[in-house]
Formats: sequence, structure tokens, C-alpha cells
Amino acid sequence: MRFQLTEDQLALRNGVRELLARRFGPQELRAAVDEPGRLDRALWRELGAAGFFALRLPEAQDGVGLGLPEAALAFEEAGRALLPGPLVATHLAAGTVPGAAAGEAVVAAVGNGLVEWLARADVVEGDAAGAVPLRSVDPLTPLHRVPGVVAVDPVAVLLTAAEQLGGATRACELAVQHARTREQFGQPIGAFQAIKHLCAEMLVRTETARAAVYAAAVTADPADIHTARLLADEAAVRGARDCLQVHGGMGFTWEFELHLHLKRAWVRTHRAGEATESEESLAAELLAQPI
Amino acid sequence: MDLAYTPEEEEFRARLRQWLREALPTLPPKPSPDDWPGRRAYDLGWQRRLHDAGYGDVHWGASPTVRLIFLEETEKAGAPYVGAGFVGLLHAGPTIAAEGTAEQRARWLPPILRGDEAWCQGFSEPDAGSDLAALRTRAHRDGDDYVVSGSKIWTSHAEVADWCELLVRTDPEAPKHRGISWLAMPMDAPGITVRPLKTLAGSAEFAEVFLDEVRVPVANRVGAENDGWRVTLVTLSFERGTAFVGEVVACRRVLRELAVEARKNGRWDDPALRRRLGRLNAEFRALWRLTQWNVSDAELTGGVPGVGGSVFKLRYSHARQELYDTAADVLGPDSLDLDRSWVLDRLSSLSYTIAAGTSQIQRNIVAERILGLPKGR
Repeated sequence: MRFQLTEDQLALRNGVRELLARRFGPQELRAAVDEPGRLDRALWRELGAAGFFALRLPEAQDGVGLGLPEAALAFEEAGRALLPGPLVATHLAAGTVPGAAAGEAVVAAVGNGLVEWLARADVVEGDAAGAVPLRSVDPLTPLHRVPGVVAVDPVAVLLTAAEQLGGATRACELAVQHARTREQFGQPIGAFQAIKHLCAEMLVRTETARAAVYAAAVTADPADIHTARLLADEAAVRGARDCLQVHGGMGFTWEFELHLHLKRAWVRTHRAGEATESEESLAAELLAQPI
Repeated sequence: MDLAYTPEEEEFRARLRQWLREALPTLPPKPSPDDWPGRRAYDLGWQRRLHDAGYGDVHWGASPTVRLIFLEETEKAGAPYVGAGFVGLLHAGPTIAAEGTAEQRARWLPPILRGDEAWCQGFSEPDAGSDLAALRTRAHRDGDDYVVSGSKIWTSHAEVADWCELLVRTDPEAPKHRGISWLAMPMDAPGITVRPLKTLAGSAEFAEVFLDEVRVPVANRVGAENDGWRVTLVTLSFERGTAFVGEVVACRRVLRELAVEARKNGRWDDPALRRRLGRLNAEFRALWRLTQWNVSDAELTGGVPGVGGSVFKLRYSHARQELYDTAADVLGPDSLDLDRSWVLDRLSSLSYTIAAGTSQIQRNIVAERILGLPKGR
């Protein structure tokens, strides 16, 4: 058993991280917030060229030929960088919707009563009839409400959990960075146990979620995916809130990127269906197997 | 990333499973919880069986993955836990194996592995629990002996132990981490008084140990004089690493038993309770994955688990308490009946956020050693 990242997986993760740092850094993030609802088509094509959408397509179909664990790592980085767009829907459409794999097409999907990026999509998967625009809480995710509830693809649930993991990781990094440098009462606030313990709990939640997300990516087992989803949602939402708390008043401003992480984390918790469905499913699993 | 085991590991699992199937039905009846001589005989007898079958040294002689499989399979089969053998097999043994001389290893390791000798842990003191380095039990040299005086507390199995892994202050002038030594003290030496302490669960789980000019040979010191703190960190890193593997497996079994109980008594129809059980399932599934992650990490870094164990212990100790609080809600008024096995387990789970470093200390460790936050004044 080697439940650790391989050299190739580390290289892939670092490659995606570098690409996103170069093409979607703080300035691009700020620009995206100032122009809500716009999708950077050039960046979308670059992601396509880098294999982000075709990652799991077989090489015979011009794909990269990698598996779910590698996709999870790539989506974790996307979550860490707060990359906007219907990334999961387009990734899942690679191979069936022409142009999706190469990043030429933007694909939106009807999810749990919501559609993300409907107005910008070239193709919509599912029935979006009767869609009504919402004034989205997340300035980087335009939303439409749609009637009815559809079952969400388990791979979409897993990749969403991977994005949540990335967001949780980033929130922990930001909090620790601030706690190390911000001084109050003559010392860095990270020397105070109240702050220290908030940061420690953020890491504990993130690392527990990481083990769950990576394991689900390896097994693709439904119960593992529900587990990953619950743990990653918790790590992302509570991580962003604790990060806000560590930043004090600064955390409550529009200027600071943290609120975007929290709002995106909220959006993602609904994309995969309600949390109660995962809880019910995992409860039923307890009776399904022998003691 | 891979969750598959090698053919050798799978072969080990199959062989162990088969052996457990044959060995477990021949076990003597389990002694009552407060019968410490009986528990010692039972637990060490089991270790003897494991030793004779070739599994005796799995706790420090095997790879972390093989140890994981061993703990998983023995727990799943309902085999006895290390019990009174805990300190010898999981603390003192690994420490002597890593830090002892050839003579020390030859003297102490075989009897631990054969189940002939039990150890207890003399670390905590009334004024030095979480602040372990503040310990005051003094040892001064007199010829070939240390003469030890002071007192220890929370010493599990003290009344039935043959040896005590003892931390003593050998240089009172040195900074508090630097003047400590690690000694193996024979528990039959003159000057030792053991007073059992009753826990809130009503059992005599641990004891106070009073030391009045106890003579311990200098040859019983493991590691250099005044280097005991570093030696101790080796011990604690074992404790915080894979020591809880069997317990996670046990918690997952308890959770399934709870679901069955809830369906039997009708509480399963309460959606809020059902969802709590679902969330606990997620919690213990994730903790199992984290265990596998930490074990793989230990395997790559040479076998000694690192500070990642603190992350695990923090999450696990709280999850275990949540599990038994949920059990109480499944049981209803029966949760007040000490004859229900879950009730004693609920009481004992209260110690998990305190023992082996409180949750508050663990958070400091995570914050300072993993996240690099500054030490407070």
C-alpha cells in the first residue's frame, strides 16, 4: 500500500498550480470580480490545451489517459486558486460534447435545482427549461434556479469535493500567513492559543478531508465519495469562516479574497445535492454490511 | 496513490486470519474489568500465543503496513487487545529497540515479546502532566545506582507491572527539558508504594506510585544521562502514530451495532438521529483513510510516525466521544444502565481528549510544529 502521491502525481499537481498562478493570480481574480459573469475564453482554451478537461479521456480519443486521482489533484488546485467557470461540467462533457475536451466549448450542467454559468455556456447538459436568474451570492458564479431536482453524477460530487479541499487548503494557508505576521499586543497573533487552536483545527479538518477525498478518488466507491463530500464541505466552509475570524475586520472587507472562498464553498455545497442525502446514504450503508 | 496491498501483505493477512479462526475459540474466559492479576494473565497469555505463532514482534519488528493489517484483523476477529501488555509492547519496547544497547535489548525485549513481563509508564506527576518536562522526581547517583525519590501518577497497570519506564530529573540545574533521564525501574525494588486510583468509571484503572529512595542500577538507563527527553519523544511518537488503528476498526464496528440497535428499538425512524449516524460513518471512514495515509507516510520515512499523529489523535478523540454520546441517544434511558456495555465505554471515552497529551496540547503541537506558528510567551 502506497497511499501517498507518486512522483508523477506531484509533478502534475505542481504543473497545474504553476499554470494557475501564472494565468489566474490576484490581478486576474480582481478583474474577474470587477466584471462578474464574464468568462475568460482564452484561459479556458489554455486549460483545454493543458489537458485539464481531457485528463481522463483515453489517449486514443486525444485525451491524457489519466485517472480519477489525477483529476482530483487538478480540481483541488482549481479550488485553491478560486478558478471560476463550469469546470466540473465541462470536464465531464469531454468526449461527448464536441470542443469540450479542447476548451473550445463551455458546458454547463443542470444540477440540484441550480445551473451555474447558464448564460455563458455553449452547451447545456440537462433540461434548463424555466430557468430563472438569481442574484448570485458568489460574484464569480452566475446562477440560475431551475425547477425539479436531478441526480448528480458521483464523479461530479467527487471533483466538487476536491475543489472544496483546495479551498480549505488555501484558507488555512491564508490564516497561518496572517497569524505569523500580524502583530497585536506586541507579538504575532499566532502566538496566542486562541488563534493557534483555530489554525490547528483548520489543518486537522483539511488533512482529514484530504485523506477522504484522495481515497474516494482511488476507489470511486459511492460511500467513499459521500464521505469525501461531507468532510470536504465541512473543511471548506468552516475553514473559510475561521480564516475570516483570524483576519478580524480585514476579513470582513470586499478587498480581501477570503469572502470569495467562503461564497464559492457555499455554492459548491449545493452543487452535489443536499448534505442530508449523503448522510442518509451513509446511514443506510451501516445496515447494508455485516458487523 | 494506491490502496492495494502487495501479494506478501495479502498473504500475511490470509495466514493471520486463518490462525485467528483456530486460536480464538480456545481462549480462556475473559476476566472481570477490575481483576488486574486476571487481566494481566489473560493479556500476557494472549501475547504468548501470538509469540509462539510468530506474531509476537509485529509491533516493532514489522513494517507499518503489516502492523496495520495485524491490528485491523485482530480487531475484526474480536481478538484480545494488548491490554496489560500495552506499555511494554507499544512504549517501552519500541523505545528500547530504538535507543537501547545490545545488552539492554537482550535483557528486556524477549520477555516483553514472550508475554513474561509487563511494564507500566512512570511519566506523569501530580505537577507535571501536560507540562511533562516540569517533572520533579529526583535521581542522584550513588556508586552504580541512581537513588530515586518522588511520585508518579496516572500509572496504568502499576500494581501488576514488573518494570516501569521511568522519567527522572538527573540534573536539577539544567533547563527543564535537558536534565531528564529514562530509566527501567524494577517494580519490586524496596521503597516503591503503589496506591490504586479509582476512575470516574468506577474502575481501578491507574495508580499513584510513590518512590522513596528507590535504588535503580545506572545500567538500567536507556540513552545518555540527561538525554531522556529526546528518548521520550521517540516513545511518544509511537504512541501518537499507529497506536489507534485497532480502535478505529472497533469504532466502526460499534457504529454498525448502534445502527442495528436503533432499528430494533425504533429510533432509526428519527431522521435527525439517522443523519448523525451517517455523519459518524463518514467520520470513521475518513479516520480509517487518514490512518492508511499516515501509515504509508511512516513507511516512506523509515517507520517512525511523525507529528501527523497529532492531527489524527485530535480528530479521533473527539469523534470517539461523539460516537458514544450518539450511542446514548440511541439507547435512551438504557444509557443510564451500567450493565449496557456502551455505557462504560462512554465513560472511558471521556479520557481520550486528556490522555497521551490533551487536545489543547495537541493543538499547540500542530500549530507550532506543523504550521510553524510562534511559541507563546
